[in-house]
Amino acid sequence: MTVRVLRPATLAEALARLAESRCTVLAGGTDLLVRHRTAAGALPDLSGDVLLVGRLDALRGIARDGGALRVGAAATFAELLESPLVPDLWKEPFASVGSPAVRNVGTIGGNAANASPAGDSLPLLAALDGVLLLQSARGERMVPFRDFHLGPGRTALAPDELLVALRLPLLPHDRGVWWKVGPRRANAVSKLSFLGLAAVEDGIVRDARMALGAVAPTVVRVPQAETLLAGLRAVDVPAAADRVLALLSEAIRPIDDVRSTRAYRREVSLRLARRFLEEVLPR
Amino acid sequence: MKGLVRFTLNGAPVAVATEPLRRTLDLLRDDLGLTAAKEGCGEGECGACAVLLDGRLANACLLPAALLEGRSVLTLEGFRTTPRFAVLKECFEEAGAVQCGYCTPGMLLAAEALLSRNPHPSERDVRVGLSGNLCRCTGYAAILEAVLDAARKGEGLW
Ligand SMILES: Cc1cc2nc3c(=O)[nH]c(=O)nc-3n(C[C@H](O)[C@H](O)[C@H](O)COP(=O)(O)OP(=O)(O)OC[C@H]3O[C@@H](n4cnc5c(N)ncnc54)[C@H](O)[C@@H]3O)c2cc1C
Ligand code: FES
Ligand code: FES
Repeated sequence: MTVRVLRPATLAEALARLAESRCTVLAGGTDLLVRHRTAAGALPDLSGDVLLVGRLDALRGIARDGGALRVGAAATFAELLESPLVPDLWKEPFASVGSPAVRNVGTIGGNAANASPAGDSLPLLAALDGVLLLQSARGERMVPFRDFHLGPGRTALAPDELLVALRLPLLPHDRGVWWKVGPRRANAVSKLSFLGLAAVEDGIVRDARMALGAVAPTVVRVPQAETLLAGLRAVDVPAAADRVLALLSEAIRPIDDVRSTRAYRREVSLRLARRFLEEVLPR
Repeated sequence: MKGLVRFTLNGAPVAVATEPLRRTLDLLRDDLGLTAAKEGCGEGECGACAVLLDGRLANACLLPAALLEGRSVLTLEGFRTTPRFAVLKECFEEAGAVQCGYCTPGMLLAAEALLSRNPHPSERDVRVGLSGNLCRCTGYAAILEAVLDAARKGEGLW
């Protein structure tokens, strides 16, 4: 099996390579090396051209960009956790990815592009209405996360495109939760997850967002449910919980698989949503 | 097709001819004879293969050699000559934190990675720091104690 490993020095060079031939893009490799694992001592079964993008300057760094953060696609979870620019509420999902060794190497762009329904950064990207910057030799485009993640392992990336950066709006959320349900505290693939964020001002809910992970092919957000919460007095949210949960319940499509069952996922994800509405939002 | 990968290994610059996708774990153990890093799971879950990459913990079973280019790798063989190691060794021995020893190189490097960023960790910090390292023998309590002891006894070293 022939494999050519390409180490472009610049983004332009990387895009030129992608325009020439189909490449496997490798950032941290924590998903790819597991997926292409063979035997101890043997090479991973990657073939064709492998393009290393993890060290490209254009894909690195975390910086303020107006009312948002620009996060390079190759920023690692460890870098995000150490950055003073990243809001604490965002750090909870990042801190739940893998283990220290996985967070030191695994990238947020790799998590997004891998597009596993269980990817732990995806509910946050959905909840924030994050926008992804995709570039190819043909040009660049900004794609909202909801149009990026198309299904398990499927994204809007064209074969010649690279995910270069993520634009994540800095919103005035003052409370929130990230609950990940897995078999073990570290290195666990989520059975399901729940992210809730809210901004409460003078006792009134100004903005509330809920993103449910691993209970459908892509992250579930229900605009109607969020609209229903906006403008309520925080203390009145528990009374509205049943109506919100009914909307969420209709939207989720959990499945049975090796990690969990449909019934468990449904039950637990709705309970977590209830806990957010009854205990965290009115706090 | 082999290529040359240049990096710093345990403090010394090296240039190694290798398949660029060869796992760092195989490169270390089979090509360079450094056998402290062990293969447990081969898929990032157990930490037995841990090394420090630019001072950060990384699993060598998931690291293609090409990613080492220009970077610095520390294995237990390199760490073993440091005063920090001496303190960790003593504390691991005193706490009974080593039984079969298979996880120990990874545990020691995870402890080093943690203490070098956070010299006064809480118990919770240590649990998080070691959370990617599995031990089949000790039940973890002794390891936790050893790392907390090392932070105290090694005051000023980290
Ligand atoms: C032990 C272990 C535990 C884990 N635990 C978790 C967990 O708790 N939660 C979780 O969500 N994930 C987990 N993961 C999965 C993985 O670590 C993450 O998904 C990580 O973010 C992947 O990033 P990477 O840079 O390593 O990706 P890579 O393996 O380099 O790439 C992943 C995919 O994305 C593509 N890609 C990467 N970068 C780009 C780019 N810039 N443009 C276009 N395509 C790109 C690649 O072609 C590939 O298809 C775990 C993995 C391991 C091994
Ligand atoms: S062998 Fe690398 S993490 Fe288990
Ligand atoms: S001492 Fe045996 S695995 Fe930890």
